Amino acid sequence: MQYLGEHLLPGRLGHFFALLSFAASFVAVIAYFKATQAKLPEEQNSWRRMGRTAFYIDVAAVFAVLFTILYIVSSRLFEYNFAWEHSSKALKFQYLLACVWEAQEGSFLLWNLWVCVLGLILIRKADKWESPVMTVMSFTQFCIATMIMGIYLFGNKIGLNPFILVRQTEFGMRAPIFSQPDYLSIPQMQDGQGLNALLQNYWMVIHPPVLFLGYSSTVVPFAYAIAGLWKRDFGGWTRAALPWTIFSACVLGTGIMMGSAWAYEALSFGGYWGWDPVENASLVPWLVMVAGLHTQVIYNATGHSLRSTYFFLITQFVLVLYSTFLTRSGILGDLSVHAFVDSGMNVQLASFVLVFLLPAYALFIARYKQIPHIVKEEATDSREFWMFIGSLILFLSAAYIIIFTSLPVINLVREKKVNTDDALFTYNRIEIFIAILIGIFTAFAQYLKYKGTGKGVLMKKLWLPTAVALVVSTLVSIFGGIHYDKYGAGFLAAIHLALFAAVYTVVANAEYIRVGLKGNLRAAGGSVAHIGFGLMLVGILISSSRKQVLSYNTAGVTFSNPDPKQDPLENLTLVKGVRTEMNKYWATYLGNDSLDERSQTRYFHIHFQDKQTADQFDLYPNMMKNTKGQEGGSPNPDKFHYWNRDIFTYISALPPDDNQDTAQFLPQALKLKDTAFYSKGYIILDSVVKDPNNDKYHFSPNDTALMASLTVVSRDSMRYKASPVIFIKDNQPHFLTDTVFAQDLALRFNKITTDQRIELGIKESSEMVPFIALKVLEFPQINILWIGTIIMITGFVMSLLWRRRQAKAKMSVR
Amino acid sequence: MKKIHIIILILIAASIAVLVSFMGSLTTFETIASARQKSGKNVTIIAHIDKSQPIEYDPAKDPNYLSFHISDTLGNTAKVVYHFEKPYDLEKAERITLKGKMEGDVFEITRKDGILLKCPSKYKDDPNNAKQALSQN
Repeated sequence: MQYLGEHLLPGRLGHFFALLSFAASFVAVIAYFKATQAKLPEEQNSWRRMGRTAFYIDVAAVFAVLFTILYIVSSRLFEYNFAWEHSSKALKFQYLLACVWEAQEGSFLLWNLWVCVLGLILIRKADKWESPVMTVMSFTQFCIATMIMGIYLFGNKIGLNPFILVRQTEFGMRAPIFSQPDYLSIPQMQDGQGLNALLQNYWMVIHPPVLFLGYSSTVVPFAYAIAGLWKRDFGGWTRAALPWTIFSACVLGTGIMMGSAWAYEALSFGGYWGWDPVENASLVPWLVMVAGLHTQVIYNATGHSLRSTYFFLITQFVLVLYSTFLTRSGILGDLSVHAFVDSGMNVQLASFVLVFLLPAYALFIARYKQIPHIVKEEATDSREFWMFIGSLILFLSAAYIIIFTSLPVINLVREKKVNTDDALFTYNRIEIFIAILIGIFTAFAQYLKYKGTGKGVLMKKLWLPTAVALVVSTLVSIFGGIHYDKYGAGFLAAIHLALFAAVYTVVANAEYIRVGLKGNLRAAGGSVAHIGFGLMLVGILISSSRKQVLSYNTAGVTFSNPDPKQDPLENLTLVKGVRTEMNKYWATYLGNDSLDERSQTRYFHIHFQDKQTADQFDLYPNMMKNTKGQEGGSPNPDKFHYWNRDIFTYISALPPDDNQDTAQFLPQALKLKDTAFYSKGYIILDSVVKDPNNDKYHFSPNDTALMASLTVVSRDSMRYKASPVIFIKDNQPHFLTDTVFAQDLALRFNKITTDQRIELGIKESSEMVPFIALKVLEFPQINILWIGTIIMITGFVMSLLWRRRQAKAKMSVR
Repeated sequence: MKKIHIIILILIAASIAVLVSFMGSLTTFETIASARQKSGKNVTIIAHIDKSQPIEYDPAKDPNYLSFHISDTLGNTAKVVYHFEKPYDLEKAERITLKGKMEGDVFEITRKDGILLKCPSKYKDDPNNAKQALSQN
């Protein structure tokens, strides 16, 4: 059948480029493999030239795929499933890219894109390591290229084709409308489904690219490690590759923390970290990468720990692939709030893990004995001894997290399916001890010298920071108000210990920059990163253990179950205009408004006033309507930053939709000073004001507006004022209704009747009381976490620059 | 044997001990019927929302009380009480993972993360709706 109005060329081109990238990366793998294996220099050079050419073609093809998708999305070609499912006409320009990586196939493309960029840098910089490293890089691209191929091989689908038409999708083939040649003219095909409202957020624009750069870069240290094993040049790459390891740890760490900041800033998860399986899946490779980073530094300085460096750098990348499998296979669907859904690629995703895991570990085990190591053992007063143990602890903590995160995978082979009970505490109870150990090691290890320090030297320098840290952390422990007893005294004690360890890290590393490095900041990257890490721990410990629910519902209606462990009463209902006690504040819900007619977002104005200090502020949490006119919406938080704490709030419930109010405005005509009756009293028309200009309304004499000034007298003799308005704009009457909530009464100025009377509309409804239910949390000292994060990232960057200089200096000496 | 090897062994042994002891504190996945038998014990249930029964939530009265009914694949049903706000999109969920315990006839959930919704995709506004709309044309 000939379909009308379809644009098939971009899709064909795009799919061609996707297949080209697959073929080119395959050629690159072969050519670089041959170049690595070749003995003669000419042979090496010619294979390498071919590898480079193939790689360049691959890069061009990958970018062409991206541009084709962007073209399809930006030209609103909704015959393509990608555009139809992920974008819409209303989508703003900056979210065009975001809708690329919202899709499973788009995020693979983003991954591939970064590998391309990193590969281009490696071709210029990797020197003699180019061929083996680029073999691994190209192989990675080859594997990722299969993910977006979308071809059928022996009846199995391989990859998701981003250029498939809606009518070619599984459901499209069943839908009868696609038997019409002009199906594109029906309204449902005129616009796409749009990007989820939650994702229309600037974080969505920047977080995925950074996170995926982090993910993509983990392959580089892995590739160097494989190259070292492959070429049997076991220790030759560690200096050149150290900046790459640092880069990867830096960017992946940044990506994770950006996700954390996004969750805190813009989503209503109620915090920055929830030990969600998807979060864990990105943290675990980072922990192992940091372990490998430290052993790599040890090896460069002392010749120890080369074998463990191999193990960590191989394992971190395998874990990245395993995480990809976990988050994209749909296996976590019942346990995570943000995993991808099953897209029928599980076998392919599992194979992606195995094609790296099996050969990498096989090579490692086969060559293990040949990897040089120092027989003489590390002295217990040497830096490398404690650094190694620290790395090992990081690794074990990662292992613990990934085992519990993998329960759904373990369940696949278990008869009796298991799940964590208290998901957060499952991790917190062990990570708190990891924090204590890592904190203390990070504090003192730098004061030790490589290969041995000698008696008394350590304490001479270390006593001061130790004393300072003890004093500071004791003060915080005593006056900081940390009384987190939900899990007993033991856990509370551990929190205080961890607080000491974290403060110790900060103080000792700051002191080390002064004394140990004599203020040489260029070499201080490591210490700066440690300070940042210590501050992050401090921020995490204080903000989590002192996190407080302010909206604790003391005025709750039902008190059948007052045990806070059974019924935490975390939400409080605020009735519009009624000042309500909320912990140390008076909270008042003042009303809601959207910025403009087309806006998807409604803002709710809540006024807070401190009961004691009269300190006051306003918060505007919002509700974002779902796209495409579907019911429901999602709440987005707002917060007020004090220097030492955040007041954080989001809307947990709204009244049922306003439109459902079925009561009617009953008309009643009045002259001045006339009265109209309603069920609970009467209404007096006091006066009619032309173009009112007062506290509430601001009309000018140029407008055509009339305000009825009313007094409502209830049966119990209470008096209320109301002033509904009618005004004419564009030859249309507009009404500003006024309400008397205490009487469940709405009043409208309907019109002026022919006999010069005022017609009021009177509505009585029990459903009218506008309210919202809120959750309000206080996060003390959350700023320390963000400041620590920034300092840690800065430290990584400083260290990266420093190690690159060192690596270059070493090379020129040779 | 090197000191470092001894430490490695100790740490690994300790980790395994911790792991094994914590494995004991895991909950099990149960059906509604078997959860009833383990009354008072924390369990995980995967079920559907029973749409024939009303979802009770009146934030004007009490924003911390939600109750609804679930049914599982074996056809059993139970009432669920959740002491937090109603999760957005509760009605839309295809499947729902619940962590809590049976107290008498009621499945009580006392932790905020005790309800996890399985939507077609967390980040998509149900594309199936749109697809159905297309199919009916």
